[in-house]
Amino acid sequence: MVPTSYFLVLSAVLFGLGVIAFIFKRNIITIFMSIELMLNAVNLAFITFSRALGQLQGQVFVFFVIVVAAAEAAVGLAIIILIHRNRGTLNVERVDTLKD
Amino acid sequence: MTPQIAVFIVLASVAVAGAVSLILQREPIHSALSLITVMVALAGLYLLLGAEFVAAVQIIVYGGAIMVLFVFTIMLLNAGLEERTNVSRMAHFVGVPLAIVFLIEVAYGIGRATMHMAPPVASPVSTRDLSNLLFREYVFPFELTSFLILIALLGALVLARREDSN
Amino acid sequence: MNEFAAQHPILVVALPKIIVVLFVLLTALAYLTWFERKVVAHIQARWGPYRVGPHGLLQPLADGVKFLFKEDVTPAGADKFAYFLAPFLALALAITSIAVIPFGPKEITIFGQATPLAITNLNIGLLILFAITSMSVYGVALAGWSSNSKYPLLGGLRSSAQMVSYELALTVSVVGVILMAGTFNLSEIVNAQQGFHWGFLPRWNLVNWPFPQVLGFLLFFTSAVAETNRAPFDLAEAESELVAGFHTEYASFKFAMFFMAEYSSMITVSCLATILFFGGWLSPFPQTPFWAWTHYIPTVVFGVAGLALIIHGVRYRTAFGRVVLPAMGLALCVLAFLCSRGGVIEIIQGPFWFLLKIAIFLFIYVWVRGTLPRFRYDQLMGFGWKVLLPLSILNVVITSLAIVWTGR
Repeated sequence: MVPTSYFLVLSAVLFGLGVIAFIFKRNIITIFMSIELMLNAVNLAFITFSRALGQLQGQVFVFFVIVVAAAEAAVGLAIIILIHRNRGTLNVERVDTLKD
Repeated sequence: MTPQIAVFIVLASVAVAGAVSLILQREPIHSALSLITVMVALAGLYLLLGAEFVAAVQIIVYGGAIMVLFVFTIMLLNAGLEERTNVSRMAHFVGVPLAIVFLIEVAYGIGRATMHMAPPVASPVSTRDLSNLLFREYVFPFELTSFLILIALLGALVLARREDSN
Repeated sequence: MNEFAAQHPILVVALPKIIVVLFVLLTALAYLTWFERKVVAHIQARWGPYRVGPHGLLQPLADGVKFLFKEDVTPAGADKFAYFLAPFLALALAITSIAVIPFGPKEITIFGQATPLAITNLNIGLLILFAITSMSVYGVALAGWSSNSKYPLLGGLRSSAQMVSYELALTVSVVGVILMAGTFNLSEIVNAQQGFHWGFLPRWNLVNWPFPQVLGFLLFFTSAVAETNRAPFDLAEAESELVAGFHTEYASFKFAMFFMAEYSSMITVSCLATILFFGGWLSPFPQTPFWAWTHYIPTVVFGVAGLALIIHGVRYRTAFGRVVLPAMGLALCVLAFLCSRGGVIEIIQGPFWFLLKIAIFLFIYVWVRGTLPRFRYDQLMGFGWKVLLPLSILNVVITSLAIVWTGR
């Protein structure tokens, strides 16, 4: 039987790595992928608590998180395509002015 | 070392290796592949926890649809390599160790706070119970999420459409 | 030995099953290519391979040798990791999906451990199959991307967009069956199709009450043909269209892996179609004592096939054929004799009908390839999104209404 704290520490580590990737990377798509990594870490925490406390609400919430992540990925990638079309670059350091 | 702990260690190391590889890779497509690895490892962890339906949904939706979106976008935009940054060197030499220290601190804090919780039940969750909950108590948020996806669909279509210059 | 088996169930029970199923699958894969070439050739009024061995039966072996010995070129500037990963991913996923398919009802005992006739029996078997299918898009997309050349890129993007679109219609068309069976477990879905309407019509999901899943079956099969990139939906890999689509730049063994992955998904989809809509391993004849003679149908089929092979073989053209064909016929006669013995006849019923139905579906796959012209890409995508998806949603709505009204 794997203790609960193992799963939660893993979730924290993955979340922290997602934050690190978010701060240190410069390609917009990679930053977006780090957001997905953070959402996945949170999903793991939800399911761990759901199973440790014996309630199913955690897993229901994971469904909603997955759905929201899908919607956000769709719209976010559309915005990224627009940025690439208008600014010609995917480097966040180059899109730091409102007007080009 | 029970089999469950061995499986957990394997899956956890694959997940952490994938996340580290996401940070260290230079090409976005390799970062996307690392993220897919993390998601599949997490699906394995959900199976270990007994949440088999959520594991299947994770692979189908996250790994088979959302990441396909990412991979398509990377291929269509031909996203180049990660470039060198103009930010000062200090950010590199001080930032990375600080970030790792932060990570260890958070992990240690969480580990110590939840050390005495009951271990998770590993028997499989019946899909029937889950769907009862989803469609009886939480039917309103469920319908709202379908609206959310519709809005996202329309938004993505409108945003990414090429304007005809007539 | 039985105590060793009780303590190490994975080693003694699961491993032999995996080895046997893998062996049978890979041989079936190889001879499916032969079968396709022969059938397409006969549809086109020619003979197909007939030189390499009697009736071209050694053609797969020759193809295998060719693939192994061809030079393995890697295009310059190709993304090495993704280039090597794509065919492995495609083949591994396609072969793994055979693990959840049940071949028969009874349990066989290996060294005292009773085990069902499937590698695993998951409660969410059907979902795992769909999960593996949705991951197989990556094999195609990465292959197109990593070849660093425009035809593979175009072919890969088109092919993966096609797979993602038809995957929707595929999964929704199966929901009617899930509603009627009430479970994702593939063995339970087959068990729910037992029994006969009015004593003679089998209660397969195709003609089951409350709503016969005819529309569901047609949608499933069409989307499955599109999902496996087979004709008439094979724009992305047809020779006259995009050179060879996403596997243009792949040489010898990696190309063979894509090839095997495609045929393996064909076999998986045929297995799935029989399990979901045609009763899996259930016999079409009622199981009453009056119809007990139908238990000897495997014997008769194998016996007739064996005798025909012997009679045809002894008068064959080449000396090699005059030895091999009668030997195969003799093996089939021995198999027929074995199938009539007491212990075997019970076990062989389920797998025999299952394999017969799969063979019929594979023949339909090859028949469709040899007969129908290809779709254009925009027609293909329009068909998937505007026709198949709404029809499958309609199927779900009607099935759920029928279930609620008949109160099941």
